[in-house]
Formats: sequence, C-alpha cells, structure tokens
Amino acid sequence: MNEKVMRNHRKRQTIIFSIIIIVLTYLSSDITNFNIIHGIATLPEAVKWIFSNLFINGETLERLPKILEKLAETILMSIAATTTATVVSIFLGIMGSKTTGTSTALGMFARFVASIARNIPVVAWALILLLSFGQNSVTGYLALFVGSVGFLTRAFIESIDEASLSAVEALRATGATYFQIVYKAVIPQCLPQMISWILFMIETNIRSATLVGILTGTGIGYSFDLYYKTLNYNAVALVTFSIVLSVIVIELISNHIRKVIL
Amino acid sequence: MEATATYIKRKSNGQITIKSGNKVERVIRWTLILLTLLTVVAFMFFNYAGLDLAKAIPETAYNLKTMFLEPGLSHFSWGEAIYQVGITLGLAFLATILGAVIAFFLALMAATNLSNRWVSKTIRVVVAFIRAVPTVLWVLIFAISAGLGSEAAVLGMLFHSIAYLVKAFSEAFEEVDKGILEALRSTGASWWHIVTHAILPSTFTYLLSWTFLRFEINFSVAVAMGAAAGAGGIGFELFMASGFYFDLREVGLITYMILLLAIILEIISTRLKSRYFPATSTN
Repeated sequence: MNEKVMRNHRKRQTIIFSIIIIVLTYLSSDITNFNIIHGIATLPEAVKWIFSNLFINGETLERLPKILEKLAETILMSIAATTTATVVSIFLGIMGSKTTGTSTALGMFARFVASIARNIPVVAWALILLLSFGQNSVTGYLALFVGSVGFLTRAFIESIDEASLSAVEALRATGATYFQIVYKAVIPQCLPQMISWILFMIETNIRSATLVGILTGTGIGYSFDLYYKTLNYNAVALVTFSIVLSVIVIELISNHIRKVIL
Repeated sequence: MEATATYIKRKSNGQITIKSGNKVERVIRWTLILLTLLTVVAFMFFNYAGLDLAKAIPETAYNLKTMFLEPGLSHFSWGEAIYQVGITLGLAFLATILGAVIAFFLALMAATNLSNRWVSKTIRVVVAFIRAVPTVLWVLIFAISAGLGSEAAVLGMLFHSIAYLVKAFSEAFEEVDKGILEALRSTGASWWHIVTHAILPSTFTYLLSWTFLRFEINFSVAVAMGAAAGAGGIGFELFMASGFYFDLREVGLITYMILLLAIILEIISTRLKSRYFPATSTN
C-alpha cells in the first residue's frame, strides 16, 4: 500500500515537472519566435553550407601572416588581462576570505566588488568602456580585466577558505605576524590551485576576447568580423581554424601543467 | 599506489632525493615567469591608436556615475524592457533545454562504462573541437544559412551547451556504482533498461543541477549574442543604447537589469552547487 502511494506521488511529481518544462519551452519559443521545426530543417543546410564554403584555399593563405599577428595580439591581451587581474584578485581574495580577512567591512567590500564585476557580462563592460576609450586594445583589455577580477576573486576566496586553516593556526601559535602568515602559509598552500584557476581564466578569456574584439574592433575578432561582412568565407574559415588551433593548444599546455602541479 | 611513487623519488643509483616535489616547484616558477614575461610583451605590442588616458579615465568615471546613479529609459518603455529580458531568458532557456536533451543521449554514448571505447573517444574529440570555437562564431556561421535571429542564436548556443553538458553528464554517468550495472546486466537487462532503471534514477539530480548551471552561463551568453550577433533581446538593446543612441542612462538601467538577473541566477546555482557538489567547485 505504502509503496503504491509513494509511486503515485513520484509519478505525479514527474508529470508536473515535465509539464512545467514543456510550458516554459513553449513560452520561450513563442517569445523568441523560435520555430523548432525550421531550426532543425536549417541544420542540414547549415552543415552543407559549412562544408561547401568554409574551406581554406591558397589565396587566403596569403593573409595568414596578418591573421597570425591579430591572433597573437588577442592571445597576449587575454594573458595580460588575466595576470594583472590576478594581482588585484589576490588582494581582494585575502580580504574576502574568512581565514585571512581582517575585518568584515573589508570582506564585504571585496565580495561586493567581485560580484558586480563578475555579474555584469564582459560584453556590457566592453560597450561601456568603448564610449570613452575608443577602438583600441586597451578597451578590450580592460573589459576582460574587470571580468577576470570578478571571477578570480571568487575562485581565490574559495581556495583560500578550503586550504589553509591548520597551517594558519600553526603559524599563529608561533607568534608569526599577519604578513608572515599570508606570505608563508596561505599563498604557498593555495598557489597550485590558483595557477589552475589562472590557466582556466586564460582559456576563457581567449574565447571572450574574440567576442569583445568584434565589438571593439581589435584583435582576431575584428579580422573575423571584417571577412564575415565582406563575404570572404575562405578567410573566415582560416580565422576560425586558427582560433580553434590556438585554443586547443593552450588547453593542452594548461592541462599538462595542471597534471604536474595538482 | 601512485602517492608513494610521487613522494619517494630515487636517483638512478637508488638514492632517495630529499628535495621531493622539485618538479612541481620548478613548473610553478616557470609558469609564473612565462606569464609575467608575456604580460610585459603584451603591453609593449598593444595597439594604442586613439587612446588618451588623461581624457579617457575621467570621462569613464563620469560615464559610470551617470549610468549607475541616474538610470532611466528613453527609447522604450518598461513593458518593452521586460519583454526584451524575456526574450534573452527565452533564448537561454531553449538552448539549455534542447542542449540538455541532446547532451543526455550523446553523454550515454560518451560514458566509458556504457559504450565502446571508439565511440566514446570520437564523441570526446568532436566535443573538444566544438568547444574550441567561440560561441559567437557559431552563431554568426549559422546566421548565414538560417538568417539572423533566434534560430541562429539558439543553434549556436546549443552547440556549446551540448559540448559542455556532454562532458559533465558523461562524468556523472561514469561515477555510477559498477555493482548496480553488473547486477542488472546479470539479470539480462537490455542497455536501455540499464539506462532507465539504474543510470537515470541515480544521476537525475546531478543532471538537473548541471543543466541549471549551464542556464546561468547561457543567460550571459544570450546577452552577448544579442549585442554581437544581433540575436535580439536585452543584449541588442544594450548595444543600440551604447553604440547608436549614446544614451548613458539607458545603458545604466539595462546593466542594472542584467546585473539583477545574473545575481539571482548565481545565488540559486551557488545553493545547488553547495547542496549537490560539496567537494568540487565548478569549472
């Protein structure tokens, strides 16, 4: 008897859950004018188009040096944004963590700054900064920088909270000063974890840099946009492949580093 | 077993090296040095065209003050604004839910305990390739054949959602207890029985929370697609307000709306995470 009741209950829950999902899906497709049948129907067409148009030919290879230069600019921009954000985030992370924070007000401040920086999308930062910084690398760099500060601060707060209680206590018992505790116990202990987050952030930033580049007119995003708008699809293919290749290579390198240090 | 192998390092003559973990330290040091060098190089090679810091910084400060202290709407009404937010949420939701359904089946094929080795390897390689192409490029590529609009946006976002969720789902499937699968197999259950009676019940909550985490990501992606690929929604309004009307008050209000939603989604997903994944933080 009891089992039957439970089963019925379970069944009802499943049905209600599915109905909610279906209703939400219907509402979303209605509001966005998304036609799932049309969407599925265009997919084979899109794939066919990709294979018949997106290939690299000899003529586009002449543009390779220029594209590579832009790609290098984008990658360097992502790395610079990440490393400089790391410096800021370490301070904010130490301020915001429960183990190393000195006062609740400062901790709240750090968490607040991180939350604002992280939850306003990078695109919005890029558009805001574009107004006064104009179309150059610095705009993209700053947009990525702000987003990275938000994300890394949260990640660092979590790693500091997780890692270092006992070591901090031990050092405190020996009468070490606050800076000695942070410098000798907290940082060394969290360093591998932090580096892992930094590498992750660089990967993410390269993808976002493409997007930001389309808006701010810099880097590889700009090249893509330019060729896309002039309907030079072979060059579009070359740009896409160079991005894919660089992202995969960087992912492989950072996976290797992670395997060694973690 | 592995732990002892890494901690006791021996030289070729059998002597134990006292400074263990040397390699780790070396790799950390070189990573940091390399990143610092690259940063310095980056700043030297930046394109500084048209940049006047002395003017740009106070101007940005002034802009930020106008945006965040005096937000207001001028080109569209509140109803319209909420409708646009609805479109963005709708795009994110569609991409997530369709992605979750497709990813579920692909993940079954990618999980090593449910599928054969070659199928799972192939799917993993394809997924890695899809993830390496930025979402905006997928959207723009689809826009050529499907036309600008929600279909291209959803398809493009769908690709990334599938790639992300296949990875998460297949890892969840692989963690299902071997004993359960063996027990079912020994009773002669078919592959499909195993999926519906063992895999699905024991991983369902994980799948749901991963899907929600992806929804959180997809929301900000949908904003970005609106701005960069003309997919509509609040992102597109933001792009118009800042790029065409130069209406700072409107930019401020739109930013507030995005911020509010993003914070709500983040709070929910943090709760889900601490409830279902206490040990690991996401990545």
